[in-house]
Amino acid sequence: MSSPNTDGLTNAIVAGTVTISGHGGDQIEAYLARPLDGGSRGGVVVIHHMPGYDASTKEIVRRFAVEGYNALCPNLYAREAPGADPDDAAAAVRALGGVPDERLVGDVSGASVHLKGLDGANGKIGVIGYCSGGRHTFLAACSLPVDAAVDCYGAFVVEDPPEGMPKHMQPILHLAPNLSAPLLGLFGKDDRFPDQDSVAALDAELSKLDKPHEFHSYEGTGHSFFSVDRPAYRPEAAVDGWSKILDFFGTNLSA
Amino acid sequence: MCTYLTEKISVDGSAKGARGWFGAQEATVYVDHPVHAQYGHTVNIDVLNPALGPSARVALELTEETALALAEAIQRAIGSAPPGLASKDQ
Repeated sequence: MSSPNTDGLTNAIVAGTVTISGHGGDQIEAYLARPLDGGSRGGVVVIHHMPGYDASTKEIVRRFAVEGYNALCPNLYAREAPGADPDDAAAAVRALGGVPDERLVGDVSGASVHLKGLDGANGKIGVIGYCSGGRHTFLAACSLPVDAAVDCYGAFVVEDPPEGMPKHMQPILHLAPNLSAPLLGLFGKDDRFPDQDSVAALDAELSKLDKPHEFHSYEGTGHSFFSVDRPAYRPEAAVDGWSKILDFFGTNLSA
Repeated sequence: MCTYLTEKISVDGSAKGARGWFGAQEATVYVDHPVHAQYGHTVNIDVLNPALGPSARVALELTEETALALAEAIQRAIGSAPPGLASKDQ
């Protein structure tokens, strides 16, 4: 049982599976976490990594609720693999070539609408994504009106994907003029996708367009450094990255 | 890196997954992040029957050394048996 802290707040959250209207009105599974204490709050759409709508992603969703946000992660693989284990779902969607960009945008839009409809929602929306979700975050923030976006090591925003990738997995740098919100980018200097040249190219393009952005690349760090259940986890980068994310959302998602 | 680069072949046989035996239709092979193996990347092999849903799947996550050793072991096992013994047209 939670007890009130010195601020008179319980810090309690509630989290669980909900159904939201995604792209094309499809009813899709999503994981929602929100604080139980009253008050006005921003919403955070969490876009899961390529390995899927898994336990570690749901932990991230709960973390945002603990930090005071309503947070929602749509299961991008719900259509192909309803009710399947996350790893089986990810394998099935991989075999089909991944998530179409248009559908991703529709699902993030649906998640945004759901968050804005919650009691106490202040109307502000942040989007954050990891791995393939980093590219998805940039795509969503260039396609929808949002208030803050965080790209965690998303590849193929700038660079051409290797031969053999699905046709829809194309660079989306040309969408940069439509970026609707400040962008925080968190990268590893040892990552090959995206490598530092790609990060620099995105940085330069956003500077040229006068789009507010803040990029950080961590030494001794590769891809997926926020993943606490993988060998790629880098605690120093992840702890600092979380701090930067919370500062960034604190600035941009306040009413 | 996250890659969608996937080798996909049709297969003929059976596989045993979490819900028991099923008729296998496809196999995919790709190099990407594992779910369970404690490496950054592994060679991932899935034997699937998409008609039965995503859970009809047998999954392997192997280092490239052991994946290659597995491929060689398959070659040796077939090579040491009478030709055609395990063929579709046996």
